[in-house]
Amino acid sequence: MSDNAAQLTEERIAYLEGLVSQARTAAAAFSQCTQDDVDRIVKPMVLAGLEKAQYLARLAIEETKIGVLEDKAIKNMVATEFVYNYVKDKRTVGVIREDPEHGMLELAEPIGVIFSLTPITNPTSTVLFKCIMAIKTRNAVIFSPHPSAWRCCSEAVRIMYETAVKHGAPEGVFTCLESHTLEDNAYLMHHKDVGLIDATGGPGAVKAAYSSGKPALGVGPGNTPVYLEKTADLDMAVVDIITSKTFDNGTICASEQTVVIDDEIYDRVLRKFEALGTHLCNEKETELLGRTVIDPATGFMQPMAVGQTATNLARFVGLKVKPDTKLLIAPIKGVGREHPLSVEKLFPVLSVYRAKSVDEALKVCVDVNHAGGLGHTAVVFSKNEDVVRRFGNVINAGRIIVNSPGSIGALGGVYNDMVPTFSFGCGTGGGNSTTDNVNVYHYLNIKRMARRTQAHMWFRVPNQIYFNMNAVENLRNFPSRSTIIITNPALEQIGHADIVRRALPPHAQVRVTIIPDAEPDIKIIAQGVEALNFYKADQIIALGGGSVIDAAKIMKLKYESPEADLEELAAPFLDLRKRVVQYPTEKINHSRLIAISTTSGTGSEVTPFAVMTDKERGIKVTLADYSLTPDVAIVDPQFVMSMPKGLTVDTGIDCLTHALEAGVSIYASPYTDSNAVQAVRLVFRYLPEAYNNPRDEEARTMMHNAACIAAIAFSNASVGVNHALAHAFGARFGVAHGRANALMLPHVIAYNASVPTKFMPSPNQRAYVAHKKYAMMADLLGLGGQGVQEKVQRLVTAIEQLLDRLAVPRSIAELGISQEEFERAMPDLAKNAFDDPSWRSNPRLPLISELVELYWKAYHGRVAEPAKAVESQVREEVLV
Amino acid sequence: MSTVTIPTFFAVEVESVGDSLRQVRGGIGSAPEVVLDCSSMRRIDSAALRELELLAQAAEEKSVKVTLRGVHVEAYKVLKLARLASRFDCVE
Repeated sequence: MSDNAAQLTEERIAYLEGLVSQARTAAAAFSQCTQDDVDRIVKPMVLAGLEKAQYLARLAIEETKIGVLEDKAIKNMVATEFVYNYVKDKRTVGVIREDPEHGMLELAEPIGVIFSLTPITNPTSTVLFKCIMAIKTRNAVIFSPHPSAWRCCSEAVRIMYETAVKHGAPEGVFTCLESHTLEDNAYLMHHKDVGLIDATGGPGAVKAAYSSGKPALGVGPGNTPVYLEKTADLDMAVVDIITSKTFDNGTICASEQTVVIDDEIYDRVLRKFEALGTHLCNEKETELLGRTVIDPATGFMQPMAVGQTATNLARFVGLKVKPDTKLLIAPIKGVGREHPLSVEKLFPVLSVYRAKSVDEALKVCVDVNHAGGLGHTAVVFSKNEDVVRRFGNVINAGRIIVNSPGSIGALGGVYNDMVPTFSFGCGTGGGNSTTDNVNVYHYLNIKRMARRTQAHMWFRVPNQIYFNMNAVENLRNFPSRSTIIITNPALEQIGHADIVRRALPPHAQVRVTIIPDAEPDIKIIAQGVEALNFYKADQIIALGGGSVIDAAKIMKLKYESPEADLEELAAPFLDLRKRVVQYPTEKINHSRLIAISTTSGTGSEVTPFAVMTDKERGIKVTLADYSLTPDVAIVDPQFVMSMPKGLTVDTGIDCLTHALEAGVSIYASPYTDSNAVQAVRLVFRYLPEAYNNPRDEEARTMMHNAACIAAIAFSNASVGVNHALAHAFGARFGVAHGRANALMLPHVIAYNASVPTKFMPSPNQRAYVAHKKYAMMADLLGLGGQGVQEKVQRLVTAIEQLLDRLAVPRSIAELGISQEEFERAMPDLAKNAFDDPSWRSNPRLPLISELVELYWKAYHGRVAEPAKAVESQVREEVLV
Repeated sequence: MSTVTIPTFFAVEVESVGDSLRQVRGGIGSAPEVVLDCSSMRRIDSAALRELELLAQAAEEKSVKVTLRGVHVEAYKVLKLARLASRFDCVE
């Protein structure tokens, strides 16, 4: 409670509590009304306001001695008719907006009790406006009018209240504070049952509202700059400015204050003003006017001048003007305290400034804007769109009115399609929370109901995949003027490049570029791109394992889009569809990439990934984008018949890991599942055969297919925590990727099949299904077992047995890495594994401590513990 | 020997919520507990809310426990907004 409020008597507090209690009860009852109910109440209120427009205007003039009767009557009509025209079809109860496409629904919740301060300048129109808004939104209002406008405001409240209650509004929906003081206001502003303060008034009221700690709409003073630029329609501009500035004797806070006029038109504009009944002050008159209507102590306008006629003001000041003078025009030479008339003047005194250039004019407008008008209103008259836009950019105003009157323009609905209002939000510049024209939506809590959406998924593979023995012969279907074969020395030496060359159409220009058999670096990429440019290649054939094919992908990217910044393209991302960095779509060269894999593991011939080494920074750079995917993949087992045993095992286990991880990924779909499970089945069936009998054509063919099929799965579903662990471990200890995967695999399956410590947010999955999918794979492998838990355990055991048959080291310790060395490496291993993007599609969100635990399990090579399956789902049928 | 108190039961009529409540308030104090069956009360107007306020006051003064039974959630929300829900026992 504020100090002010603490001075209230018990009797006064009881009175105020009674008002709040009444309003609270009314708001509670009102909350049950339907849209039809409120609309039935609003219309007669509007009609009552229209009928009493002149009556209330007269009361306001009599009481406040401010403004013009006719204009006040018009304001009352705008506050009812124009506002009604805006709100009548608006939904403000229940569902107010629906967006079924995005599963979004907006529902209205009333605020409850609103405490509303209304000003002396626009007293009855503001009350009418706020009453209509409150009823439309099912809120109760306690009004606190400016003390010098209490009678007219309380009469306006009475008219609105009686009409509203007669048509179904709850009793007590509006009340008006009687004989109130600042202490009363302070008490109500801090009351726990007041939901919102709507303070339309002077800076004191607005500041008090915002200082209360309550949600508040505080709408305060302005200082509207006007730029009258030389291309403007001058006749229209002058009439608009006079109309606006003299409307209700300038009491609307959006009215024009200082007009900045281009030098070229300055004299002409002033003559036009004079011809239409305004008085142009000379230097002495301006000085006298400034001293009289502006308080020299505060620099603000004198309250006695507010809303007075130009002739009255002239009389106060001692100026001789014609009897029908509408407006006093005072030339000023700058903005600030030394130029008193450069501030807000809610009376018919208009400052003018001669500007030598557009820049000077805009600067003066900015000065006026910052001299008490931030966030409020500004006006520009110009036919030059560039000038209008520049004005809009440099001026901070919630309403920038173009080629129309400021005050009536800002009210909205008359000269433009802005929302009709009697409260102008001034944004943070004016200490307000909004720059909007305050309207019904500010009297509502809008609840957003967001339904779970199903993200669009994808399944993207190369356009053409040719497989089985001699699939390379399909190359003759691809005409080319200039083909570059990219391969490594070993493959060139054993004649694989010649096989490819022979398969190409006759007369094709074919060159072979040899690159080292290692992850490519930027130098190798640059050399390759140079060759592509030199030979104007329209076809690139990548013949090799992952490194060669990855190199060719990056070369193609740089050849087609030389501006591509590889470092930037390697920026991390969480969701491919929302990534920050986009791959280039504009190409200066076009080429076809045909990938022929010579190992059965990475599947790079169908993936959208490419890895290169940044030797300068000593890091690996992973590029991922579907534009990297080769156009054609050739999966011809003749190129893998001579793979050594070690490579057969490493690449085969890599393939198995791809399939298992894609199978349980949060991006898994029926499309990827079918590939993943088929790859798992093929590996179990054919990897031991390929290992034991390397010349077994069927085994080699099927393993080559399995690698490609698994890659299709993980190209679309990605991998998981196994790869994250293996990447970090392999890089640190120089262990082959497939072998590193093998060390982690049984432990990761047990880990993913158990109840997660943290679930991975996965809108594509309806429930945690990793354990069930492992069980399903066990079923397809014919491993037997009852229930999910046992099936998962059998899968783990089967993998361990497979690894044993392939003579794969079963623990990190077996690699000769000491426990001390491993322990020293652990902080970096865990950090790097956690930084690795692979786990982002893992079904279980790994804690760093869990990564450490998995590493230690892999170190000791303990047989994975039986997975503790999610109990509630154990008996459920396994669905893919 | 234990004493069993038998509460007085009232049904709040949907057509005349205010009248029903006024009647209950008139008889408050004749039993240590009053149970109001509100299952037919879907909507509460401001007059009824004021009656409930008065009823709560009277019950508090006379240490009578007032239980509202079967209040629909829509009506319950209105009681919450009017800060009345906590002044009664609301049961299903």
